[in-house]
Amino acid sequence: MGNILEMRGITKRFGPVVANDGIDLEVREGEIHALLGENGAGKTTLMNILYGLYQPDAGEIRYKGKPVTITDPNRAIELGIGMVHQHFMLIPPFTVAENIVLGHEPGSKTRLDRAGAVEKVRALSQEFGLKVDPTARVESISVGMQQRVEILKALYRGAELLILDEPTAVLTPQEVQELIGIMRRLVEQGRTIIFITHKLKEVLRIADRVTVIRQGRNVATLDISGRGAPGPVTPPTEAELAALMVGRAVSLKVEKGPAKPGEPVLEVEGLECLGSRGLPALKGVNLTLRAGEILGIAGVDGNGQTELIECLTGLRRPTAGRIRLRGQDITRLPVRKRFELGLAHIPEDRQKRGLVLDFTVAENAILGRHYRSPYCRLGVMAWQQVTAHAQRLIRDFDIRPPLPGTRAGSLSGGNQQKLIVAREIDKEPVVLIAAQPTRGVDVGAIEAIHRRLVAERDRGRAVLLVSLELDEILALSDRIAVMYEGRIVAEMPAEEATEETLGLLMAGGTRSGAEGGVAR
Amino acid sequence: MTIIIESTLRYAMPLIIAALGGMFSELSGVVNIALEGIMLLGSFTAVAVAYLTGNTYLGVLAAMVGGVALASIHAVVSIRYKANQVVSGTAINILASGVTTMLARGLWAEGGSPPIQRIPDLTWPFRITPFVPLAFLLVALCHWFVYYTPMGLRLRAVGEHPKAADTAGISVERMRYFGVLMSGVLAGLAGAGLSVGLLSGFEEGMTNGRGFIALAALIFGKWTPVGACLAALLFGAATASQTFMQALGIQIPAQFLLMAPYILTMLALAGVVGRSTPPASVGIPYEKGAS
Ligand SMILES: Nc1ncnc2c1ncn2[C@@H]1O[C@H](COP(=O)(O)OP(=O)(O)O)[C@@H](O)[C@H]1O
Ligand SMILES: [Mg+2]
Repeated sequence: MGNILEMRGITKRFGPVVANDGIDLEVREGEIHALLGENGAGKTTLMNILYGLYQPDAGEIRYKGKPVTITDPNRAIELGIGMVHQHFMLIPPFTVAENIVLGHEPGSKTRLDRAGAVEKVRALSQEFGLKVDPTARVESISVGMQQRVEILKALYRGAELLILDEPTAVLTPQEVQELIGIMRRLVEQGRTIIFITHKLKEVLRIADRVTVIRQGRNVATLDISGRGAPGPVTPPTEAELAALMVGRAVSLKVEKGPAKPGEPVLEVEGLECLGSRGLPALKGVNLTLRAGEILGIAGVDGNGQTELIECLTGLRRPTAGRIRLRGQDITRLPVRKRFELGLAHIPEDRQKRGLVLDFTVAENAILGRHYRSPYCRLGVMAWQQVTAHAQRLIRDFDIRPPLPGTRAGSLSGGNQQKLIVAREIDKEPVVLIAAQPTRGVDVGAIEAIHRRLVAERDRGRAVLLVSLELDEILALSDRIAVMYEGRIVAEMPAEEATEETLGLLMAGGTRSGAEGGVAR
Repeated sequence: MTIIIESTLRYAMPLIIAALGGMFSELSGVVNIALEGIMLLGSFTAVAVAYLTGNTYLGVLAAMVGGVALASIHAVVSIRYKANQVVSGTAINILASGVTTMLARGLWAEGGSPPIQRIPDLTWPFRITPFVPLAFLLVALCHWFVYYTPMGLRLRAVGEHPKAADTAGISVERMRYFGVLMSGVLAGLAGAGLSVGLLSGFEEGMTNGRGFIALAALIFGKWTPVGACLAALLFGAATASQTFMQALGIQIPAQFLLMAPYILTMLALAGVVGRSTPPASVGIPYEKGAS
């Protein structure tokens, strides 16, 4: 098999950031090629260059043996390159068919052939076994189906080389399985796939070869499946891949002893609320969190986790039910009162809710306590105290660069997250709500944050961990609850939980069904 | 009764045409509060050209050209230079008011034009200016364009999610230029409809807020051609009934009825009278590389 694509010495800078630093990438025709790297390694940037969204500062691209300049996505589409972006590029109020044909509509200039579009989408969906409803509006279909729409969009445009940017990030384990099936089928039908991920397991499970990228450079290209390789291959182990990706040996396991749960500190009873669209988002949530334990909430995005956190922290008003913190009813208390009573919150969106990006590290580090002594006396800020406090957090949590005066927005994602974790833990809370505490941060920071959360548990704090990453839930939790459509549908000790059971529950299956399914 | 209908139609006509203009711009993702200024320039240009050439039809054509010229400033400032669209629109309104006043004074000393030849009224079925049926024809054309042509789909795509449109190979810049320039054509035409269709001459500041009411009609009509048209008719009826009630001696403060369009629009935006959601990306400049 020859190379369908060769990228040589690709360099791309964004101001002072070198996102791609002379990357080489070779992809063989008909393979599944994984692009592995930590968040911020430059994978998306490289693929955006291939898709014509960015122009490289240096380097050349050869496609099917010929040098090409890809000036814009239209050129990429002409060449037969298709891309499914990490954040879907779909227009919510449009139908599935409209989204797929957009830009290459059937019919004439003066007549949009809707029926024809629906027909074409049906045919295509049958040909590749990608089930979609062409007339449904995109805003009303599941994330899994949205992804199939994106893949169909690329195939409709005649993609031979398909780029999938972190396609598994938003899927349940079962949907991931289905996606792998789709990818295999596409490859059998002669397509080539570049598959971006930062998950090691997936690389070993799916890819024929992998190129590892670290800090904008490619560090290795390795055979995995042996398909298309000249001789027999020994695939790398997870630990080897991790070391290549991070640049040093990393521990993939979280060290933690058994929990010693104490008194119930957070009790939620029959909690109901409406979501942002005015539809019921929580439909009677019950849960109890004890001191000294980590309760993990698993679930696919959009099943009420966000609303639950908002109700607990006072950002959303429940329509029914009660929340008690150490026995005291806090259901109707304002946000500040709740924090004063011992709640702390690592929000899921660090840039929107966790930090004021234009403030300095020191200013961000006192948000929420800015009105209190010692940071504020008689209504005047005590800047010396503020700075001293920031210096302490920076030291304890290894925040880089170690300068209290740095603008928070200029920190890397991992350091922004460490700053938030530091601030919230420093409040010495009774209950720590950690929503997606490691979303989009590098492996080093993940390790550090996980260790801190376990340490807090061991100090007798209660941790409510809400995460879309099943691995994280399984690694940290002492007990696991699964959320589905606004309810807790199952709860179990962590030892009893497996990825399969949780996956089925997250997709709305029943527990006995889940266990039956595993037994078979 | 016919009097009320007739005067409703007369009040509504410039609103309908200008609202359609605003729709093109906003569907593409560019806020256009410059409608008022563009209309005013259209009113002036139509009269000035009719006055200088003696041909009113040429005046109407010139109004559209003038509208495009002024809209192109808004387009370049907000699309090319990604400036704040509300600031740009406000500046254009001020500019239009100043320029038309200055030119009018230069041309006619008084600041108002002498009466000029209007576009002749139709005689059937109503005695009414041909701009009225033209407005309805435009509503139908725009409806067809927006919902039944590929260009319409792309226009809406760009206003909803420009990055998605970009990755689908649609030029966001080009579609937005198209949207804003179309708003110039139509708002210019609306201005002409006012000065040489309904009336027969130019007066300083003669649009008197109609551009803003057109914008309100667009919002109240949920950014659709038919909706905007119905909203404009409703606002027209409110104004018409005011004159009528005064004639009958019914005491409703005139200010109240004049406020009606704005109050209704605010209620619509607040979700009280049928929720009205704008195109998702309206008002946000599109940065190509930004993630
Ligand atoms: N449009 C942009 N402007 C500025 N910096 C960017 C932009 N896109 C990416 N970067 C930076 O380039 C680096 C690589 O980003 P990216 O390619 O998205 O990484 P990955 O996809 O591997 O997580 C990061 O440091 C990121 O902050
Ligand atoms: Mg990425």
